[in-house]
Amino acid sequence: MELTREEESALKGEHGETMQMAYRILVATGEATDADKLIPIEWTHLSGVNYNTIGDAGEEFLSSVSKDARVKVQTTLNPMGFDIDNVSNYGLDENFISKQLSIKNSYETMGVTPSFSCIPYEIFDIPKDGTQVAFAESNAAIHANSYDNLKTNKESAFSALASALTGKSPYSSLRKEDTPNITINMKIKNPNELSYGMLGFFAGKVGDTSVNISGLSNMDNRQQKAMCGGMGTSGTCAKFIFGDGDSDCEKIDFDEKELQNVHDELNTAENGDIITLGSPQLGLEEITELTQKLKGRLFKKRCMVFTPRTVKVQMQKLGYTNELERAGCEILSDCCTCLTPLINKDNVDAVTTNSIKGAFYLKNSNKVDVNLKPISQIIEDETK
Amino acid sequence: MNKVLVAGKINGTVLKSKDPINFLGTVDKKTGIISDKNHDLYDKSLKDSILVFPSGVGSSVGAYTIYSIKSNNAAPLAMICQKADLTVATGCALANIPLITISDEEFSSLENGMKILLDTENSNPIAHQ
Repeated sequence: MELTREEESALKGEHGETMQMAYRILVATGEATDADKLIPIEWTHLSGVNYNTIGDAGEEFLSSVSKDARVKVQTTLNPMGFDIDNVSNYGLDENFISKQLSIKNSYETMGVTPSFSCIPYEIFDIPKDGTQVAFAESNAAIHANSYDNLKTNKESAFSALASALTGKSPYSSLRKEDTPNITINMKIKNPNELSYGMLGFFAGKVGDTSVNISGLSNMDNRQQKAMCGGMGTSGTCAKFIFGDGDSDCEKIDFDEKELQNVHDELNTAENGDIITLGSPQLGLEEITELTQKLKGRLFKKRCMVFTPRTVKVQMQKLGYTNELERAGCEILSDCCTCLTPLINKDNVDAVTTNSIKGAFYLKNSNKVDVNLKPISQIIEDETK
Repeated sequence: MNKVLVAGKINGTVLKSKDPINFLGTVDKKTGIISDKNHDLYDKSLKDSILVFPSGVGSSVGAYTIYSIKSNNAAPLAMICQKADLTVATGCALANIPLITISDEEFSSLENGMKILLDTENSNPIAHQ
């Protein structure tokens, strides 16, 4: 990879240790992805925020780096572990809370916008077509490439942080062009968001950096998010290209048998003790629809609803918060199902969710069983 | 294809996985033990191995897991992949864990328990002991 004289001097440490580290990460990333140079990016979205995932090593690292590191471009942030407004209801220990607040503080000190959201594409203005960004949240990177006409690779927590501190990213892979060598044909009739989540999970397993996908009917926002979330969980693939692809592409069907395979891998319980909605977080459109569907109904068990803080503020103004709380929902902002410390196998055996992404992490990280159902069936089965 | 992502020189014993590794969620960040029952290396510790695996998969936060297992002295001595992915490359860059990618043939030739010397300065970075 070719570096400018300025970049070389930063890599040698002539601009301080923090910049040296940032460029070391960019160089390792660039070599990994066959980049020939670094290019400017206009927006970074960072992962590595939840104390539950980054632990003491991450907290200490951020505390140290934030002493002199400052972001150079607009930088937004993934969810953290809890919603400070209601954290006292969830029995988190004080150590967790103070470490999480230290992480929050470190990012704010660096100049990061404290959005605590995994759906930046729904709550921030989308820049003009073709803009280079650096998104570390996998569902957001896939959404940005597939639906928002932005360009990003599936960044790691560190490569995105390095891009935030330098305003640069290696010019490689999906930042240039991409021609998938595989086409997935969606064969499931009358799919719901769960089917699309499983399609995404399947696509992530068979795809490399991008996949063609055909046979899709008109998808709503929830189904698009579910597909992006599913794919981000199972592989390295970060872009859907809609269509049949070249004639020499390998063709694979996603049929009832493949759907059943994914279902059997992730669905481990017939029932859940609690319900979670959100992974990715619900945007205002989904919240509005949920409010309408829950009119006159009441959940028979706990239902946690995850949404960004900006949406929580909007839904309060619109009166949706009152209605959802009346229906038995717990509204949580700044956090999400994925890697939540708020669900613990000591008091929960199984969780019902419509999220494939949530299911994967609940099963593998929280070690609880998962019961998968689409939102329509959750409302039918779990409310009165 | 052979690439040096993070340089270094180290002796060690191969721990090989035929499955890719999702560092976030399936690797315990204190012990370096794989907790996914469906994984080739289920219940095995990555500590002090030369970890040979196809590539990393899953959430990008896995880079912090690599940094964490290094901080907890539970990390591999080095990693060797078939394909470089951003999570593993940056996690290794920060944690200063040597990382190379190798050809499919070389990958097939490495077996569990082999003692090797990894030296990224050498044009043949893997020497059998």
